[in-house]
Amino acid sequence: MEAILFYIFATLTVAGAIGVVTSRNIVRAAVQLLLALLGVGALYFLLAAEFLAAVQLVIYVGGTLILIIFGVMLTARASSQKLQPSRTERIAAIVSAVALLAVLVVAIFEANFHMRTASTPGATYPVRALGQALLGDYLLPFELASLLLLAVMIGAAYLAKKRAADKDSQ
Amino acid sequence: MVFALFATVSADAGAGAVLRLIAGDHPNWLVRIGWDLTIIAFGFMALASVVGFIGIWAERKVAGRIQHRHGPNRVGPIGLLQSLADGIKLATKEDLMPRGADGWLFKLAPYLAFAPVFAALLAIPFGPELIFEPALSAGLFWMIAILSVEVIGVILAGWSSNNKWSIYGAIREACQLISYEIPLGLSILVVVVATGTLDLLQLSRMQQGGAGHWLIFHQPFVALAFIVFFVASLAANKRAPFDLPESDSELVAGYHTEYSGLRFSLFYLAEYNAMFVMSAIMAVLFLGGWDDPFGLISRWSARISREHLSLELLAVNAVALSMFMLKASLIIFVQMWVRWTLPRPRIDQVLHACLKVLLPMSLVLLIGSAVWELLVTEGSLAERITQWVLVGIAAVLIGLLGLMLLQAFVEGRGSQKRLSEPSRLGA
Repeated sequence: MEAILFYIFATLTVAGAIGVVTSRNIVRAAVQLLLALLGVGALYFLLAAEFLAAVQLVIYVGGTLILIIFGVMLTARASSQKLQPSRTERIAAIVSAVALLAVLVVAIFEANFHMRTASTPGATYPVRALGQALLGDYLLPFELASLLLLAVMIGAAYLAKKRAADKDSQ
Repeated sequence: MVFALFATVSADAGAGAVLRLIAGDHPNWLVRIGWDLTIIAFGFMALASVVGFIGIWAERKVAGRIQHRHGPNRVGPIGLLQSLADGIKLATKEDLMPRGADGWLFKLAPYLAFAPVFAALLAIPFGPELIFEPALSAGLFWMIAILSVEVIGVILAGWSSNNKWSIYGAIREACQLISYEIPLGLSILVVVVATGTLDLLQLSRMQQGGAGHWLIFHQPFVALAFIVFFVASLAANKRAPFDLPESDSELVAGYHTEYSGLRFSLFYLAEYNAMFVMSAIMAVLFLGGWDDPFGLISRWSARISREHLSLELLAVNAVALSMFMLKASLIIFVQMWVRWTLPRPRIDQVLHACLKVLLPMSLVLLIGSAVWELLVTEGSLAERITQWVLVGIAAVLIGLLGLMLLQAFVEGRGSQKRLSEPSRLGA
């Protein structure tokens, strides 16, 4: 049963991802990204990683995706916005995609995966263990991620403020 | 009067869960999936439609009461079948789509708005045995996470309609929801700090044994977090006074201006079910889940053996379910009461209230709750005194509310006699 569900959700994810890349309309691309993200969330559920699945929904769907759509809505209308990449953009995209694929393939073959399913006993997530993992074993990556987000936030505030000041001086 | 029918909803949710009790854990996975689908179809799908059905009727009745008019009273006894009549009307309406709309997204948006709310229903523990198995160990987080997907449906509806009113509604919804999700999540975190679990079933079990054990009376910070959560949940559900995405006086109908027929009704169904889900979360997180204020249900439930299915086990689950539904209905009633009483603020005031009032408040509550859990030991004198003080405050508030209602009732009877004898035709 899990295999069937896996193939359903994997197809959804891959179809969504292909849709994002091939779609010319940026909002439709965002909706297909939603499908891909939901598919990945469902796969986490199948792996009995409920907490991760919920995090996936909150951060990527509830946060990032809404911000993307929000940004698009504020900047452009659908009819005038057809995505047409230039040649340099195409080359850059191919190079970065191949590089990412190489890294991922190496990572997949190097990694040592343990199969864990919903029927595995003890597949629960006590909050205490999560907290200890985040602020104990994985403190450095956790803090680095926070630092990155802080830097992004300051940068965004700076950019927004500069533009507002420009407007005032005109 | 308004909640006389919450029992219907309860019976409905119960029907699905009873199937589960009878079916148990069958070894064959096809049978298991069959049962699961049966429960989803006959329990939860029916629950979702009945919540919408009763919710919309109740909203109009409450609105009528508050505005001193009758509300729906033509279709069925006390207008009960009004939602049915509306449903037939909506189903037979022409399905319109603006010419400039983005067809594919326009059609997808209502489903994207409703499906997440429905998925959130599945995690609610309605009674000691009434939970969709296997229960999610991060159920609380799951409900909040999946509810945040609903917004995408609303935003897409506004955007794909190709209409200025709609897109304003969508933009308002986006910025309002992104802001209010933060205090909403933080106020839940206050409870998680106090209890150390995200499991809704475990949270309900923790609070068994009467009102003294309810988390809202557990520590003062959780009690305040309840208020923050309530306000933030109004905004997250775009309920008035935070209904700026559809504020009819300025945006026609906001994000669903261009929708008609069944697609429009899906948005309504999503709204009322989201109200129910939020109320259910509040009932589980703060108000003791399915247990009654005197702890009678949990004591009864603890006595029954769970080795095999018995009539008593069904009975205790039915009673627990009604208690749960009563609590959720009361919170829904307060949401309606607020809607028809308070005026709507401007969008900048809404964001100001969130980012400069609720957000700092919830951060302080989170720190306070953590410090409290570190310093005050379980079962100490300080904890017990706090509980009694909080229960006392609640009792005084409820008493005052009762007195006010009594006074309003007494005065209302007089004034109704003067004003009434409404013409039989004009309702």
